[in-house]
Amino acid sequence: MDTFLLEAMINGILLGGVFALLTIGLNLIFGVIDVVWIAYTELVMVGMYAIYCLYSGLGLPLLVACLIAVAFVTVLGALVHFLIIAPILDSPPINQLLATGGLLFFLQSFATLLFTTDFRNIGVRLPSLQLGGMFISTARLLAFIVALIAVTCLYLFLKYTYWGLAIRAIAQDRHIIGLMGIDQRWAYGITSAIGGALAGLAACLLVLQYDIQPFIGNSFGPIVWMNCVFGGLGNLVGGFLSAFIVSEIIAISGYYISTDLSYACAFAAFIVIMFFKPRGIFSK
Amino acid sequence: MLKITGLSKHFGSFVAVNQVSFEVEQGEILGLIGPNGSGKSTIFNVVAGLYKPTAGSILFQGKEIGGLPAHQICHLGIGRTFQIPRPFSKLSILENVVAAAFFGSSPRPGAKAARDRALEVLSLVGLDSVADDSIDVLGAAGLKKLELAKALATQPKLLLADEPLGGLDAEEMVQAADLLARIREEMGITIVWVEHIMGVLMRVVDRVVVLDHGEKIFEGSPAACVQDPQVTECYLGHAHGARREAVPTASH
Repeated sequence: MDTFLLEAMINGILLGGVFALLTIGLNLIFGVIDVVWIAYTELVMVGMYAIYCLYSGLGLPLLVACLIAVAFVTVLGALVHFLIIAPILDSPPINQLLATGGLLFFLQSFATLLFTTDFRNIGVRLPSLQLGGMFISTARLLAFIVALIAVTCLYLFLKYTYWGLAIRAIAQDRHIIGLMGIDQRWAYGITSAIGGALAGLAACLLVLQYDIQPFIGNSFGPIVWMNCVFGGLGNLVGGFLSAFIVSEIIAISGYYISTDLSYACAFAAFIVIMFFKPRGIFSK
Repeated sequence: MLKITGLSKHFGSFVAVNQVSFEVEQGEILGLIGPNGSGKSTIFNVVAGLYKPTAGSILFQGKEIGGLPAHQICHLGIGRTFQIPRPFSKLSILENVVAAAFFGSSPRPGAKAARDRALEVLSLVGLDSVADDSIDVLGAAGLKKLELAKALATQPKLLLADEPLGGLDAEEMVQAADLLARIREEMGITIVWVEHIMGVLMRVVDRVVVLDHGEKIFEGSPAACVQDPQVTECYLGHAHGARREAVPTASH
């Protein structure tokens, strides 16, 4: 096989790691709480600015800055639920959509106000790994590994802990959960906090690869949404796998056609597949 | 144990339950019967905290519980099963019950204690052999048992059993009725039993409350219940239809 194609494919898989993280975070919230967080990738933007402030502004070590940023976005995730979603949990989905859409504009405008639209950078660039004749992005490799670890931890949490069990249960039937003594507010709060944590973690990984600007969320939002729908809304495993499939489509079409058109190719593939599998590629 | 006074539940302009009052004594099995739409399940939902009462009071062991969230009512010791079983279909049978065992009582048991309790309850209802299976292996009777096991795992003092016999064949009905009687005797759980099928219920319950169109029309012994003209009129009308037609009465 052609080395450049192999390089593109490997980078595609690595790119899929962060997408998988975000897709799972969004899909978890959708699958469990049944609300759509339009502003989900704006949490990533907030996390990236948090790292920027803590690392470049306050001069904290990068790892410490990242940990604080993850904690901050985790709390932010819970706050989004309790302040915005909880009061309108039983109202029509369109209202929830509008509310989190409002949050998107609020966060983007707030970031613009604080930081202007200038591109910021924490100035850390990891070198590329050279492997045979291929160049592999270390930042992406790191992102891939961390994302896999995080997804594994989430899986273990959902599968083997009681709160994980409660979250899986409430995802199926929110109305009777109280009869088993489960406090809905806690189950939803924890779910939203996990969603926030994954966004915060993604921020740590993306800050090494991208410049920060108030609309950076727009770069990931549509693709993450597409992954969710591609794998079946609310289907965590489907979302995880489709994150890799989609990023592979992006990587390979970038190689064969053009990098400018690679995202367009992914969306075109998505549209075609939706005709045949409207409930996601893993639907029966 | 449970004292309901002047309980009403409105949905918009529809009055599902209207000024109903009755008491449940510690240790009894109370039958709550009435035709479709008479408000039985609505009363269960209000008592269990799934709906907030529009008016009235619900005292459980002397404490007002009307309008409390469901999980708090569960922790106080009220369990509810559903007429149409509502298992969590993506969880295993054991996971369904373990969740109830762990979260259902306050303070929470340890992880191991919750598992032991769940297994104990599953063996009581006779599902221990399929504990690790998916709920797909269960038929109608099995799902009813799971429903009961979930409620029992929360260690209720009062069990609200919503049509535990619905959809069962004759033999399964007798088994289920026996199981309820055992739950009362061996575990000391007070039971309010909503049922459509009168025969089996009448043999097991101590007292009966009859509802019609959201109002209480009778309260008393099963024997007196079947004699009561108002009950016969509204509820047993069709069940005793043949006999009534054969012997026309003045009221018809």
